[in-house]
Amino acid sequence: MKRDVFRKGIRHGIPIALGYLGVSFAFGIKAVSSGLTVLQAVLLSATNLTSAGQVAAVPLMVGGASLAEMALTQLTINLRYALMSLSLTRKLDGSMGTLQRMLFSFANTDEIFAVASSQPDKVGKWYLYGLMATPWIGWTLGTFLGAAAGTLLPEFIRSALGIAIYGMFLAIILPPARKQKPVRAVAALAAVLSICFRYIPGLNQVSSGFAIIICAVAAAAFGAALFPVKEESK
Amino acid sequence: MSWPLFLPYLAVTAGVTYLIRMLPMTIFRREIRSRFVRSFLAYIPYAVISAMTFPNVLYSTGEWRTAVIGAAVAVLLAWRGRSLLTVALAACCAVALAQGFLLIV
Repeated sequence: MKRDVFRKGIRHGIPIALGYLGVSFAFGIKAVSSGLTVLQAVLLSATNLTSAGQVAAVPLMVGGASLAEMALTQLTINLRYALMSLSLTRKLDGSMGTLQRMLFSFANTDEIFAVASSQPDKVGKWYLYGLMATPWIGWTLGTFLGAAAGTLLPEFIRSALGIAIYGMFLAIILPPARKQKPVRAVAALAAVLSICFRYIPGLNQVSSGFAIIICAVAAAAFGAALFPVKEESK
Repeated sequence: MSWPLFLPYLAVTAGVTYLIRMLPMTIFRREIRSRFVRSFLAYIPYAVISAMTFPNVLYSTGEWRTAVIGAAVAVLLAWRGRSLLTVALAACCAVALAQGFLLIV
């Protein structure tokens, strides 16, 4: 049983790992060409497990930025994870004590969060350990491959892997959006806001990390105000 | 870059990122009473994922035409309720095929 649940987590992590492989491959190439060693690039990926934060960190490192600036940059870009961790607490079952939460939260990335919160029932530690294992391996391995042998993989494979994560995202939001009007409304509003933050002059000056926070908070608050969820039966 | 310079940066990036993820999940343990807050947190995943997907998906392959084809295939299969892995792989294959097609044309 325990093993089945762990395997299910591993399996659910495979599409994430595939997407990560492509993204972290590109990161590995970038990190090494900026002046990090292969081992440094791999360590950064293995300990951070965040795309946007790492991409922002590399130029700060090689540019000799202060540690305070580095901390503030990471805080801004990664603040959305606080929201996700808070939201995910609703999905955790009784097996997730303090220690398990401290372990799993390390891997609460956008994609792992998305898959975990889309599960129909509450999730426990073995599922989550499985779910964090494959993407972590994919992210770290992809960084290593990109850093060590970036130019060997043909370009068309690299770019095709880039869409894997978004395919997975669509597979997460579309089925519930099809069935539930509130989800449809929230997702549509978030998409429209996000598009505005990308293309409207002025708004597009906002960093991508902040833009996601603003879009998500506005859309979720809109949904909560118009379509309050029914009381959960315990 | 040299290790004495690199290691403090590594500690700060990893430390800040971890604390952001860990503290909210570890500290908030009691059931949330407010119906608004519970609704808000229930909708956050969809809002976050949607905001991350649009319009970024169009830039995910480095060529908007192949991205549109990949995204269309993903939308079609996702709408029909196919699994995450199926949708992700089908989108990748569609992009690869579209790239091949663009090369020929």
